[in-house]
Amino acid sequence: MKVFVDQDKCVAAGSCVTAAEDVFDQREEDGVVVLLNPNPPAALANAVREAAAVCPAMAIELHE
Amino acid sequence: MDDTDPPPGSGTLTVPDHVLIVGACAAGLATLEALRLRGYTGKVTLLGDEIHPPYDRPPLSKQILSGSWQPQRASLRTAEALLALDADLRLGEPAVSLDVATRTVQAADGSTYRGDAVVIATGAHPRRLPGSDGVAGVHVLRGLDDTLRLREDLEPGRKLVVVGDGVLGCEIAATAVQLGVHTTLAGPQRDPMQMQLGADIAARLRDLHHAHGVHLRLGTGVTALEAAGSRATGVRLATGEVLPADVVVVAFGAAPATSWLTGSGLQTDNGLVCDSRCRAADGIYAVGDVARFQHERLGRSVRLENRTNAIEQAIVVAANILGEDQPYAPIPYFWTDQYTVKIQVYGIPTPDMRISVVDGDPATGRFVAAYHLDGRPAAVLGWNMPKQARQQRQRLLVTP
Repeated sequence: MKVFVDQDKCVAAGSCVTAAEDVFDQREEDGVVVLLNPNPPAALANAVREAAAVCPAMAIELHE
Repeated sequence: MDDTDPPPGSGTLTVPDHVLIVGACAAGLATLEALRLRGYTGKVTLLGDEIHPPYDRPPLSKQILSGSWQPQRASLRTAEALLALDADLRLGEPAVSLDVATRTVQAADGSTYRGDAVVIATGAHPRRLPGSDGVAGVHVLRGLDDTLRLREDLEPGRKLVVVGDGVLGCEIAATAVQLGVHTTLAGPQRDPMQMQLGADIAARLRDLHHAHGVHLRLGTGVTALEAAGSRATGVRLATGEVLPADVVVVAFGAAPATSWLTGSGLQTDNGLVCDSRCRAADGIYAVGDVARFQHERLGRSVRLENRTNAIEQAIVVAANILGEDQPYAPIPYFWTDQYTVKIQVYGIPTPDMRISVVDGDPATGRFVAAYHLDGRPAAVLGWNMPKQARQQRQRLLVTP
C-alpha cells in the first residue's frame, strides 16, 4: 500500500490521526496533515483505509 | 439460545441483494463506499435529486464562493472512481414518496425503485424568508447552483446583507467582505454563533468580523424581505429598521428534508427518527443531516448537520445493513474557517457551560478551550490550534 496526502485539500480535522496515528500526524502550527509513513505495513492497512474513508476533505489517496 | 436464534437487537441476518440509497451527496456516497469497502457485492442504487454528481458542501461558502476553486474541485469523486463503485447512479431524480412495507421509493418522474434495504440521505433544505419566491437578489446557500448564483451577484462595491448569525452566515460574510462587497451580518444573537459557542468565543468572533470590515447588526431578528417590484432592496428588522441591500443571502438554518416521507408512517420530529443503530424501521436507515438518532452516550436523540457525521454515520449504517449491530455514538465535530482563523469544535457546547483555556493563550490568537458541564468536560474548541484541539478531545472527551 502506498499513501499520498494533499496538504492543500486538508482541512485539519485530524480524523486520519485518530484512525491511524502511526501513519499520519498534524503540523503543530496549523494542523495540516503530515505523512509519517507513505508505505505502511500490511498490519496497518485497515486503519489506513479507515483514515482515508473518514477524511472530510478527501485529502488521502491510496494505491493498493 | 441455540444457534438458529438471531442475536438480540440485530435486524435481518440475510445480506440484502439490493441497497437503495436516497440522496447522492456526502452521506449517500459514503454509505455506498462503506458498503463496498466491507466487500458488499450486491446491487446499489444511488438516487439524487440534483443533476450534479456527488459534491462536497464545506467549500461552497468559502473556496467556491470566493472563486479560488473551480466548481469541479468540489466534486467528491472522479468519474472513474464513481464508476469503480459499481452503483446505478440516478441523478436529477427527486424522491417523492416511500412505501415502507415494500421499501419502494417513487421518484418525481413516476419511476419506482425498490430496495431490500433503503438508506435515507436526503439532507436538509435551507429556510427562506417569506416572499422570496421569484425575487431577484435574494439567495440561499445550500447547493452548488445556489453558490454559483450568489457568486454572480457578489460584485465589489455592492451592498450585501447576510441574514443569519450562525456558522454559515459567518462564513459567507467573511468570504464576501474579502471580495470587496459591503457586508452586513444580521441576526438575533448578541454576537455571532453565541448559542453554539458561548459568549466569550462569540465576542472574539464579533471582533474578528469587525476587524475585517463586516458591519454587524445583531441582537434583533430579521422579519421580512424588502423588495421593489421583483428585486430585493433590503431586509426589515424586528425594530422596524430597514437594512438596504443589493443582495440578500438567507442563512438562518435548514430543515431536514422529510416532507416527502409524509404519509409513509415513519416518525419525523425535526428529522427522521431513528434508533441508536440509525434504523427508522426494519430495513430502513437514515444518514447525514436528515437523521435524528438516539445517541446512547448522550442519552438523548440528536441530529448533526456536519461533514464528518455524514461519513462516520454512513460507516455504521453500512455495517448494520450487512448484519452487524453497531450503535452510533460519535463525538460530534465541526470546523469553520473564517479569514485566517481555523476553529474546531468537538462535542456540543452550550452557552451555559463554563469555559477554561487548556492550551495556548487567547492573547496570542491561538488557544484551546474546554467547556464544562456539572464540573465535567463536555466540549473542546480550538482557535487556530487544530492539532492541539484534537489532542484535548482525546484527553478530555474520550472515555476509556
